[in-house]
Amino acid sequence: MNLVVRESLLAFKRAPLLSALSVTTIAFSLFVLGLFGLVAVNLQNALRSVAERVEIVAYLLPGTPIEATAIGLKDIEAFPEVQAATYVSEDQALARARAELVEFRDVLRELERNPLPASIEVKLKPAFRDAEHVSAVAERLGGFGFVDDVRFGRDWVEKLDRLRQLAAAVGIVVGAAFAVVAIIIIGTTIRMAVLQRSREIAIMRLVGATDGFIRRPFLLQGTIKGLLGGAAAVGLSFAAYFLIDRYLIQATFFTREQAAAIVGFGALIGLLGSATSVGRHLRRV
Amino acid sequence: MIKFTNVFKAFPKGGLALKDVSFHIAKGEFAFLTGHSGAGKSTVLKLVYADERPTSGEVRVSGYSLTEMRPRDVPLLRRRLGIVFQDFRLLEDRTAEENVAFALEVTGARRSTIAARVMRVLTQVGLAAKAQAYPRELSGGEQQRVAIARALVNEPTVLLADEPTGNLDERATRGVFQLLRDINASGTAVVMATHDLDLVRQAPYRVIELQEGGLVYDSAVDEPRDQVAAP
Repeated sequence: MNLVVRESLLAFKRAPLLSALSVTTIAFSLFVLGLFGLVAVNLQNALRSVAERVEIVAYLLPGTPIEATAIGLKDIEAFPEVQAATYVSEDQALARARAELVEFRDVLRELERNPLPASIEVKLKPAFRDAEHVSAVAERLGGFGFVDDVRFGRDWVEKLDRLRQLAAAVGIVVGAAFAVVAIIIIGTTIRMAVLQRSREIAIMRLVGATDGFIRRPFLLQGTIKGLLGGAAAVGLSFAAYFLIDRYLIQATFFTREQAAAIVGFGALIGLLGSATSVGRHLRRV
Repeated sequence: MIKFTNVFKAFPKGGLALKDVSFHIAKGEFAFLTGHSGAGKSTVLKLVYADERPTSGEVRVSGYSLTEMRPRDVPLLRRRLGIVFQDFRLLEDRTAEENVAFALEVTGARRSTIAARVMRVLTQVGLAAKAQAYPRELSGGEQQRVAIARALVNEPTVLLADEPTGNLDERATRGVFQLLRDINASGTAVVMATHDLDLVRQAPYRVIELQEGGLVYDSAVDEPRDQVAAP
């Protein structure tokens, strides 16, 4: 086996307690970060599903010829912001009202004439479901000659916007704080492991080991610890998610990429932590 | 081999550890470095193995000039030296064999070469039977022999020994000293820092004496004297 790999693995065998301790510490600090990540991911999902309801309805003037509507519909579908535009005829509108507004069924049945206008329902692409774009599209819809009135929940969309901005700001600040804490704790843990072997480093230098030779097993070891800790953190997060999903509220777990990012983050801190600690020992002379 | 020319070494916090020290140790020579503790013996050795750099003056070791040496050449210099300390400096969690092999592994030697050479030096220091023992299972004298084996395994041209018998009883001291003499007899230069004047008197070797950082006596240059000044 390669000497670097062998030395790195032997270190786990020689100091099992300290190694287990560092992996556990890394696991728990990343677990805290992971829990926060779960909250963030689920909050984002919730907001996204709310935003899906953002819709603009353009009511058409009575008697608009169907040909004109069809051409208009094509134009609207070609807007860069628009995901889908659906034509709803007067009859469809009435049928829908009958189905949805059960308590007015009698009133609706006795109507001599359908009072409901035809409309075009416009759904925007996810990236454009904010107040600014919704207003812009609504304004453009109002410009069509056959459009009588354009409706969208302006207040509601603006509130959603603010909520999203708040969630993003809190997410970044709190996430960054958790990440910094994780980096500090993991860095300290790795440093302890290096410090414990400072005698060994001194002896390696005396017998003529190059800095690179001394550094490599530590870097590999730090990376392995970070990987193990990261994997354990993902496992713990999954356990937490499982319990929450089962007993509290329906939730979603990280995507495969997000889980890999947590493990990768652990490995990266492990690598950088050992690089700086060993570097400090080697800088002498 | 080892050449000091007007070497000064300042302490980081002021004062001089070495004052104008000059000497030359030839290939294959055995030299004692004597003096009180704090006289500068360890500093001289540290300069030889490039753990310290001279403040002024020149130190040449085995073709390298310490003044101009690049940091990345330091490991290469140390592979040509064998270094032994009073406190042995063995890795506690490795066997005698692994401790010795370690010094070869860092040079990137082949595993087959390592095994053969490790056994040869362990045999040379009389510890072949205890190759699998951990340092804590060995006596002080035996631990120092492992350390000497480790120093020898790279086939150095110079063996530096900083108070190698300082932690040993009389019997172990005699054994280790005899081992160093044997090593010297086979062609390796030995520089041994010690304040054990009995040892110094026992052998007809060169004596370099330091006092408060200055070289006060060198038997290769100065008139012989009956007695080395008592510390």
